[in-house]
Amino acid sequence: MYFSAKEMLAQLEGSDKRICDLVIKNEVEISETTREKVFEMLEERYQVMYNSAHEALEKEIRSLSGLTGGSAKKMWEYCKKGNTICDNTIIRGAAYALSCLEVNASMGLIVAAPTAGACGILPGALLTTAEKYDIPHEQVLEALATASGIGQLIVKKATVSGAEGGCQAECGSAASMAAAAIVEMLGGTPAQAFDAAAIAMQNIMGLVCDPVAGLVEMPCAKRNASGVANALVSADLALSGIFSEVPFDEVIEAMYKVGKALPSTLRETALGGLATTPTGLAMKEKIYGNHAEASACTGNCASCGGCN
Amino acid sequence: MNISMFDILGPIMIGPSSSHTAGAQRIGKAMYNMISDKQLVAVHFILHGSFHLTLRGHGTDRALVGGVLGMNAYDPQIKDSLQIAKERGIEVSFEGADLGDVHPNTVQIIAQTSDGKTTSLTGSSIGGANIEIININGTPAKFSGKYPAVVIDHTDRLGIISHITSILAINQINIVTVLHSRENKGKEAVIMIETDTPIDASVKRELESMSAVHSVVTMERVI
Ligand code: SF4
Repeated sequence: MYFSAKEMLAQLEGSDKRICDLVIKNEVEISETTREKVFEMLEERYQVMYNSAHEALEKEIRSLSGLTGGSAKKMWEYCKKGNTICDNTIIRGAAYALSCLEVNASMGLIVAAPTAGACGILPGALLTTAEKYDIPHEQVLEALATASGIGQLIVKKATVSGAEGGCQAECGSAASMAAAAIVEMLGGTPAQAFDAAAIAMQNIMGLVCDPVAGLVEMPCAKRNASGVANALVSADLALSGIFSEVPFDEVIEAMYKVGKALPSTLRETALGGLATTPTGLAMKEKIYGNHAEASACTGNCASCGGCN
Repeated sequence: MNISMFDILGPIMIGPSSSHTAGAQRIGKAMYNMISDKQLVAVHFILHGSFHLTLRGHGTDRALVGGVLGMNAYDPQIKDSLQIAKERGIEVSFEGADLGDVHPNTVQIIAQTSDGKTTSLTGSSIGGANIEIININGTPAKFSGKYPAVVIDHTDRLGIISHITSILAINQINIVTVLHSRENKGKEAVIMIETDTPIDASVKRELESMSAVHSVVTMERVI
C-alpha cells in the first residue's frame, strides 16, 4: 500500500520498476485477485473508453437536454482537414474527449475516470498519444494502471468530487492522471511522471465547478477538450526535464484546501459561475421551462416546495 | 483505507454524472439489497444539498429509482426507471430538505414494503461513484457498500457481541468492520457488521435464533 508519491518513489528507488508495476501489485493484493484478472478488467475499461471516444466522431450525438451535441463531429472534421493551430495529436485527443462527453450526456456508456464529468481527458490524451507513437496495446493498459495510481493518491489525500472540490478535483485529477500515464508510457521515470501530474494540477488549480443548468455539458465538454491539451503539455514539460518545484503530494494537499475554500455556489450546485450568467440562466429556463416533467424542480427550494 | 484502481478507473456506467448518477444508483441499490425479496410498494427520497439542486439534470432521480429497483450502473434501463416503477405500481416521490451536517450529495430513502414495514437508509455519494451509507433505520452507520453487511437489532446483554462474532467465526465469515450502538445499558441496541464473505440463509437463521436478537437484515455488497 502507498499513501503518497514520496512513499511510492521510495518503494521504487533503486529498481527499474514503474508506478504501474506498484499499482498492479497492490491491486492483486488488496482485491485478492490475479495479474491476469487485473489486465482483463483494464481491457474491459479500455474497450468502453475507446468506443465512447469514437462514437460521436462520425455521427452527431445530442444530449438528453438537447442543449449540446455535435461538437465532437465538428472537431473531427476540422482535424481531418489539417491545418489546425495545435498539432494533430492534440486535436485528435480533444475530439475524442468531446465524443466521450457527448456519449455521457446522452446517458450512454462511459468509464468514469475518475468521474463521469471528466471521462474524456484520460481516453483522449492516452489514445491520441498511443496512436502517434504506435505503442503496443499492453503498454497502453499499463498506462491506465499508472493513471489510476495517481487517482488513488488524490482520493487518499483530497477528493475527486466536483461537489467537494470544484472542477479542479475532477478535470484537474483527470489531467494529472493522464499526464503521468503518458510520461510513463513514453519511457519517463516515475519521478517525471509525478512531476507531470503535479504540473497538470497546478495549471488549473482553483477551477470552479459551475455547470450550466446543473448538467454535465457546459462547460464540461470543453474543459475535457482543453484538459487533453493540459495533460499533453504537462507530459512534454516533464519529459523535457522540467520538474515541478512544489512536489505532487503538496500540490494535491493545496488543491484540497482550495476546494474546501470554494463557496458551495461554485461546487456543482449550479448557483454560480457560468451557471448564473444571463445566458446560463436562460439555457436553464429553456430546459426546465419546456419539460413539463422537469419543471417542478427549479433547483430553488424556496420558490418550489413541490419537488415531485 | 484501501482504494482499488477500479474505483478510480470506473465504474463503467451510464452517464452523465458519477456522483449524481452512478453514486445515486448505488445508494438506491443498497436499499434494494436491504429490502431484498420483499415487495416494494412505495419509495420516498429526501434529497439534500447538491443532490436536490441538480436532481433531474443529472438523472439522479432515474438513477436512485433504478438502483432501488435493482438495476446496475451500466444498465441502460436506468434511463427509463421512473416509467418502469410506474408500470410496476410503485409509488415514487421526492422531497428536498436539509439533512444537517452531511456530505453535499446525500439522500435519505424511505421504502415501504407490502409486509407493512418501513425501511430507511441514508447515503452520501462521496465522489467518483463511491458511496457511504451513514444511517440505517435511524441508527448511524458507516458502510462503503463494498462488502456484504448485516444489521442486527437486539437487546443489549452481556457477551452478546462476542456471541454474534463467534457465530460468524465458526461459519468462516471474516469481519471487516463492527459498529455497535445502544440507547442505554440493557436496552435496545444495533450492531452492524461488514464481512468479507456474504452471510447465507443458514447463518442468518442461526443469528435470528438468539433470544436477545429481534431482527437480522443481511445486505449484499453494492459495488
Ligand atoms: S464543471 Fe463541474 S460538472 Fe463539469 S466537469 Fe467540471 S466538475 Fe464536472
